[in-house]
Amino acid sequence: MSEGPKDAKGEKKKEEKKIRPVILESGIEIKPVYGPEDLTDFGYERDLGNPGEFPFTRGIHPLMYRSRPYTMRQYAGFGTPKETNERFKYLISQGQNALNVAFSLHSQMGIDSDDPRAEGEIGRVGMAVDTLKDFEIAFDGIPIDRISTSLTINGSAAIMIAMYLAMAEKRGVKLEDVRGNAQNDILKEYIGRGTWIFPMEPSIRLIADTIEYCHHKAPKYYPVSVCGYHIRESGANPVQEIAYAYCIARSYIRLVMERGLPPDEFVGRFSFNFDIHGNIFEQVGKFRAARRLWARIMKNEFCCTSPDSMQMKMIAGGGGGGLTIEEPENNIVRAAYYGLVSALSGTQTMALCSYDEAYTIPSKKAALISLRTMQMLVEEMGLADTVDPLAGSYYIEWLTNEFERRIMQEMTKVDSMGGMVKLVADGTIQREVSNQAYILEKKLQTGEIVKVGMNKYRQEGPREEQNVDIHEYNVDSAKEKIAGLKQVKASRDNASVKAALDKLRTAAKGKDNLMPYILEAVKTYATVGEMTNAMKDVFGTFKEPVNL
Amino acid sequence: MSEKRIRVLIAKPGLDGHDVGAKVVAHALRDAGMEVIYTGLHQTVEQILGTALQEDVDVIGLSILSGAHLPIAEKLMAGLKTENAGDILVVIGGNIPKRDHEKLKAMGVAGIFPTSTHFERIVDFIKGAVNVR
Repeated sequence: MSEGPKDAKGEKKKEEKKIRPVILESGIEIKPVYGPEDLTDFGYERDLGNPGEFPFTRGIHPLMYRSRPYTMRQYAGFGTPKETNERFKYLISQGQNALNVAFSLHSQMGIDSDDPRAEGEIGRVGMAVDTLKDFEIAFDGIPIDRISTSLTINGSAAIMIAMYLAMAEKRGVKLEDVRGNAQNDILKEYIGRGTWIFPMEPSIRLIADTIEYCHHKAPKYYPVSVCGYHIRESGANPVQEIAYAYCIARSYIRLVMERGLPPDEFVGRFSFNFDIHGNIFEQVGKFRAARRLWARIMKNEFCCTSPDSMQMKMIAGGGGGGLTIEEPENNIVRAAYYGLVSALSGTQTMALCSYDEAYTIPSKKAALISLRTMQMLVEEMGLADTVDPLAGSYYIEWLTNEFERRIMQEMTKVDSMGGMVKLVADGTIQREVSNQAYILEKKLQTGEIVKVGMNKYRQEGPREEQNVDIHEYNVDSAKEKIAGLKQVKASRDNASVKAALDKLRTAAKGKDNLMPYILEAVKTYATVGEMTNAMKDVFGTFKEPVNL
Repeated sequence: MSEKRIRVLIAKPGLDGHDVGAKVVAHALRDAGMEVIYTGLHQTVEQILGTALQEDVDVIGLSILSGAHLPIAEKLMAGLKTENAGDILVVIGGNIPKRDHEKLKAMGVAGIFPTSTHFERIVDFIKGAVNVR
């Protein structure tokens, strides 16, 4: 060392000039070191509060996982309800304590198995459902009073919720005791994922119908899980993920308020579904900020007083967008970190994309690895022992503040442009999200964003389907499904089916809550397709704004 | 330079709603100077065929992630033949396992671009193939 000693500050400044800048996907530039100077205006009570206390930054329960670990809810379902039932039972036997139903694409679109448009799709990416009978088979022998079930369903959600409620009632569970939740977030389907059926207005009406109905009849049921997840997977950055989801949630809340229900009566039964991939700390900051902001919005904007309304409840899982086709086993490692992030962020429910999901729906082996990952975090590695362990970190608290500021900014932008419903209707949000997806893809192609094994340290040569069992489309099980539907149609009372469908069609023309009509039709074993078509006769179909 | 711009129809057949890839590739082709038309979701093969003829496109790019690429491609190629539009170049992108590549090529699909294919490769391929015609 020929140079003399320098003061540390000067040294740091000089070093900082040499290092590469780091900008998170959210557009936040981060420094190499954070300290007290980054949190000069920090108030524990105001910004964090104790866990279980406003603004719930640290978590919605005082003891969080020490009193109850996060729920483990792997997404599952394929083929016939019988095959799905077997997979459910297997996952439960391995320690999974909640279910998350994947529906076949045609069922998501309100199309029956015997419809030509379902050809080649029956049971391909989820369980095929046509009538109540299918729910009876899928949940046969499953303790639905103990195991809560989430339905990943949107376009045909009102029908599937009705089927679940009807099945539970048949099993002797009172409606007021039925637990579970449905995704039932149609606005995000218009932005990404695409399983919309009806135009926006009647679709949103159905969301309000389900919320209102459940509030009165099945108050333990969570009728809506607003999904930032799919918006992020479609290209949105993490700030937009939260901002858009909150704008959507506000739209639903206002609609239900117009029916005369004060938010404190029903917002406590809202939940959220968020995505995890990318930078670890960015995600943790995102979730802590999201929790705080939700509490503040509910308190200040909607004048809620019930803590339940202010507590942002979420399923936060490992996102498929983070996984790579290349060297698929690496996805096991990625999912483990995503699980870590989810636990560090105080999620209520966790689900991880399995390592083979870039190729296929998860194999039994891959699903088990995901479940084991979630169990290891809780039971081996101490993630359930102490609440919000990253609290007080200069970096995390700064990032949390920065996230909250930017999410609010993005929400204000949406409001100033006319609000979420308008911006989805004219395709503005879709265009913004696909522009982001394009920018992200270019960054991946140039290597500006690194995915190990994919755009860096890539192995050239054959890469296909290594160590992944592709789920084969099962023609026999599709045939079995169609035969089962035929049988139900032959054995039901077709006159009462027709009567119920006529009543539903008539009600769709008016302003009544449609849930009682749908439930009645469900109980006659009317099919998903028949009920959807009855509503389509009145509502028509959505015309997608395709402005790139 | 009065070179005619290449016209491409990016199409989403079937019920699959995963349209990120379709939109992203549409952006890339447009940035490369092509005219791009996007069909939107849930299209039948007949609808795609109709739009392709009406818009007089040089290329149809199918985006399929549902696993149903073989029956869809077969139907489209047969339709093109019936309509005497066999000169339209057909390429497929999405979740297309390697074991199906030969089958698709045998049907007459010119290019197959699995997920994470670089834009440059798609652009170069289309420019090369269209100019030869």
